[in-house]
Amino acid sequence: MTDIYREEILEHWQNPLNFGEMPDADLVIDQINPLCGDEVRFYFKIKNNKVAGVSFVGNGCAISIASASILSEFIKGRPISFLAKLTGKDVLGLLGGPVAPARLKCAFLPLEAIKKLATSKN
Amino acid sequence: MNIAKIRRDFPILSRKVNGHPLVYLDNAATSQKPRQVIEAITNYYRSHNANVHRGIHTLSVEATEAYETARAKIAKFLGVGDVSEIIFVRNATEAINLVAYAWGRLNINKEDEIVLTVAEHHSNFVVWQQLAAENGAVLKIIPVDENGELDLVAFKKALTKKTKLVTFFHVSNVLGTINQVDSLSTIVRRQSPRAKILIDGAQAVPHMPVDIGSIGCDFYVFTGHKMLGPTGVGVLWARRELLEKMPPFLFGGEMISKVTLDESSWNDLPWKFEAGTPDVAGVVGLGAAVDYLQALGMDNIRKHEIELTKYAIERLSKIPDVIIYGPRSNVIARNPDSIGTTKQSKNSENRSLRFARDDKRGGFDDDKRAGVVSFNVSNIHAHDVASILDSEGVAIRSGHHCAQPLMEFLGIASAARASFYIYNTKEEIDRLVEGILKVKKTFKI
Repeated sequence: MTDIYREEILEHWQNPLNFGEMPDADLVIDQINPLCGDEVRFYFKIKNNKVAGVSFVGNGCAISIASASILSEFIKGRPISFLAKLTGKDVLGLLGGPVAPARLKCAFLPLEAIKKLATSKN
Repeated sequence: MNIAKIRRDFPILSRKVNGHPLVYLDNAATSQKPRQVIEAITNYYRSHNANVHRGIHTLSVEATEAYETARAKIAKFLGVGDVSEIIFVRNATEAINLVAYAWGRLNINKEDEIVLTVAEHHSNFVVWQQLAAENGAVLKIIPVDENGELDLVAFKKALTKKTKLVTFFHVSNVLGTINQVDSLSTIVRRQSPRAKILIDGAQAVPHMPVDIGSIGCDFYVFTGHKMLGPTGVGVLWARRELLEKMPPFLFGGEMISKVTLDESSWNDLPWKFEAGTPDVAGVVGLGAAVDYLQALGMDNIRKHEIELTKYAIERLSKIPDVIIYGPRSNVIARNPDSIGTTKQSKNSENRSLRFARDDKRGGFDDDKRAGVVSFNVSNIHAHDVASILDSEGVAIRSGHHCAQPLMEFLGIASAARASFYIYNTKEEIDRLVEGILKVKKTFKI
């Protein structure tokens, strides 16, 4: 079960990509993990219906922070319609390892925020 | 207490989790069940099952007797002289809701004050917050001091002529703090004689002698599944004169005395508050749990847990980067300014947990701390700690422990929690320590 705590994941936890506030964001989306009350806040810059910029802040576990870090990098430059099609399976693929059932909510927290962007824009 | 013998009574303790013998340290969430309780439930279903208080036939008489015998047993266990004051509900949450609906909504009005602590479990927080939101009553929230103990000065100051209800935990499910419930009740009686007192005993009744009759409160609630009993049965105790004045909370069968086309009258106590077919098997199981606990002796149980808790705090406080919360722990996390602040502050760029290191005191007063030890490992999220411990077969709780106001007050997002019971051993605490060392190794701390 500890496979998820690989070097790569812990590196994202230690030094998450795209971490920080974005004062000139076009859209700010908050997502709460009901399991633990952890929150993540995503900032988006949108240009031509594409993700021109993304950052996030949040107080979370290694899995949710790593997931947010990897996902935010992954969606840069992608069209919003693409975000709508992202699934949990995609996220697990990006994380590259098994996530215990009890921790799936942590892994999917950033995805839920990103999907909110897709629905709010369509 | 012969712990090896006790452990043999708990079938689940012999199973393995992720290839390791189970170390169950999540007893504040729910306890495991001894075969005596499991057998009492199966025996009830195999040999006595029938509906209660209804049938003339033999099985119904036996089922009713088993149900009411368990009630009497529980009353005696808690020093309650009047058996009819023991009301069976689903859990402590339902007991508190019963009080809020059948007493609170009729007696707490606009601008009346409800005094409660910041360390209440959501079950004793949200219920009153909701009542206040509905009718304009005022919540007065008492902080805990740097030892995790109730701020007595603030408590006394909060009690006024407008106070209608004062409610507090007996034992905190996060900090392990034991409230001196009898002296707190005396203070309330002196300063706000008209106020009623509700005590959340969910974390106390399973672990220490509790004599409800001598506390001097009006309502006392607890749940069966944390004290070796099955899930689905809890207890509300209230003074008879209050219960008599309170209208029923749920309506239907069992709770009536006479029903005509135009109106109904209510059954006597306690059945007035037990609408519908109750969880008979659950109550029988809880009765068996009480037998089990009494055979061990609540004083002995408490002594065992004090020993385990002292050992756990001693060992955990020696691990660098482990922060322990609660009475007289080595480090105190406090962020009193966080109360009332917006979500914005939680999302600040600095996502590392902030805490102030205190002195290195490991000990605690026996009467101040129950067998609950909450902690964090550096800035590692408690869920990550719990996941890695789980991979080693060690079950602990992580998260906000259904006490978000307290977590916010402490300035932490989450905590890991180990909580002990009759079957736990020092060797299991050693396994917890080894697990924490693995967490540190994994995270390179």
